[in-house]
Amino acid sequence: MFQSPPAKPCVPESVLSVDDLCVRFSTARGTVHAVDGVSLSLAPGETLGLVGESGCGKSTLGRAVVRLIEPASGRIRLAGEDVTHQPRHRLRAARRNVQMVFQDPFASLDPRWTVGELIAEPLHIHGIGSRAERRARVTDLLHKVGLPPDAAERTPHQFSGGQRQRIGIARALALEPKVVVLDEPVSALDVSVQAQILNLLVGLQRSLGVAFLFISHDLSVVEYVSDRVAVMYLGRIVELADRETLWRSPAHPYTRALLDAVPRISGGHRPAPLKGDLPSPYDPPQGCAFHTRCPLAYGRCRTETPLLRGIGPGHSTACHLADPTLPGAAPLAA
Amino acid sequence: MTVFEISAPAAPAPRARDGLLLRLLRQPSAAVGLTLLVLIIAMAASANLVFPDDPLDMVTQPFLWPGEDAAYPLGTDMLGRDIASGIFHGARVSLLIGAVATLVSLVIGVGTGALSGYYGGRLDAVLMRVTELFQTIPPFLFALAIVAILQPSIPTITVAIGITAWPSLARLVRAEVLKLRHGELVQASIALGASDLRIIVLHILPNTLAPVIVSASILVASAILTESSLAFLGLGDPNVVSWGGMVGAGREVLRTDWYVATIPGLAIVTAVLALNLLGDGLNDALNPKEAAR
Repeated sequence: MFQSPPAKPCVPESVLSVDDLCVRFSTARGTVHAVDGVSLSLAPGETLGLVGESGCGKSTLGRAVVRLIEPASGRIRLAGEDVTHQPRHRLRAARRNVQMVFQDPFASLDPRWTVGELIAEPLHIHGIGSRAERRARVTDLLHKVGLPPDAAERTPHQFSGGQRQRIGIARALALEPKVVVLDEPVSALDVSVQAQILNLLVGLQRSLGVAFLFISHDLSVVEYVSDRVAVMYLGRIVELADRETLWRSPAHPYTRALLDAVPRISGGHRPAPLKGDLPSPYDPPQGCAFHTRCPLAYGRCRTETPLLRGIGPGHSTACHLADPTLPGAAPLAA
Repeated sequence: MTVFEISAPAAPAPRARDGLLLRLLRQPSAAVGLTLLVLIIAMAASANLVFPDDPLDMVTQPFLWPGEDAAYPLGTDMLGRDIASGIFHGARVSLLIGAVATLVSLVIGVGTGALSGYYGGRLDAVLMRVTELFQTIPPFLFALAIVAILQPSIPTITVAIGITAWPSLARLVRAEVLKLRHGELVQASIALGASDLRIIVLHILPNTLAPVIVSASILVASAILTESSLAFLGLGDPNVVSWGGMVGAGREVLRTDWYVATIPGLAIVTAVLALNLLGDGLNDALNPKEAAR
């Protein structure tokens, strides 16, 4: 479909590492484990795609990483520094390393500010540069995201959705962060514009060496931009692999169902789609959370929660059927 | 890669603020309101020039009907005081008290509403209970009690009106702030590392300005009414002339010389009407959907 950049070599030192992270929300209906024991790491200049259905906790995870949501437990390390429980005033310095691009480019930009003011705001907040230097930086950033320099004088409502998302990206890159969390950055855009924004992101990553945590429900988008992909279901990562491995040999039944659900032009035989909805997060199923919809579920799945474990180089999954000690694992790995 | 998707050749779309006065004047009722208000402000500003003498001085014979003597076009009251002079000087008092009392309300109301809406939780609960406490007491009786306790003077009347009128404003601002608080605009600012103060002052309050301006104009009108009512009941500053006080004084001769109470009454009606028309006009002019046209 798209020509993808070659996979980067895995650098051991990660810019972002998340360790057994849990996020809980207490509501009138009970407690929701929106993120339940997620671990992942991000190498410099790498893109990790995070996919799953709506409500699976992927956005919550992204927001917890930039500390917009307080994690209940676990650890977040940014460029080697533990930022999990830092109070907000101490967090400011760490924020230079991690920035966020939001889904809705209409809602995240103040309609009363000019684009130049908006892009300069992070520099202003962190006291970077003189007025003239900031202005030069804004022009430079506008150029980087493919907007004309005179865009700085206009207000966001004078731009289209795709252009506004470019403004959001410029804003996120202003502080030269090591990690950018992209929360559904192209979901609100037309398909033709999506491709332009994705190309822009890939190009920016190559020239700036920034790492992306790319959150999306759209598999084709994730396939295009990601080096590695994590699949989330009900607050947990059920499979984590590099892109080629995941698309060639998905190990988790949920991943397979997601991949099968991607529309294909060729048509032909397609397995039955997944039945039912995401179970209520207030009352997640016992055992494997996916067993209520899994076509292959058996006794063990209803009682025992599968753990994420390695099944190959850089490939891990949380499924009893992929357990190498189990004789019945063979059909899935094939 | 760097394809620009310029959809429309950047039309020089006006910034929202530029066209405000124009949009306001395009509505007949708002234009009338604004004209009347400018007139009253001009009266207040020129009072010392047109009527340099104290309006409380007796200048000629009492009960001079309007038009009877060209030197006193609006006549004189039962003590021989010039009513026209009273109207001009009274405009100063009414506008001053109306504006300053509204400013007091704005400070308390916007402050309370912004803190309450932004921080939520326990602070919100406490501030909202305080607001409700103020709301349960009828504002006019409250102001009356305050003025009666602290001798009536312009500062005490202003403060009394100011601290009784803010609760509705606080609720309005809180609701507006709540709408923005968990939106992506604020989330984006937090992610950038902005401080709470910066977010509230630079991003939240400017975006709640439109409804606040509208209710402020209505608050000025109601402050003028409250001040007039207090003065009518004899709780005005005895050292200055005020429209309400003039109505109160004229009440006793209403059967024989009705103009003494009616002329300052009409002044109050005009001022309140002007501010209400302006408020309505601002509401339409500041409405973003209207502005987008």
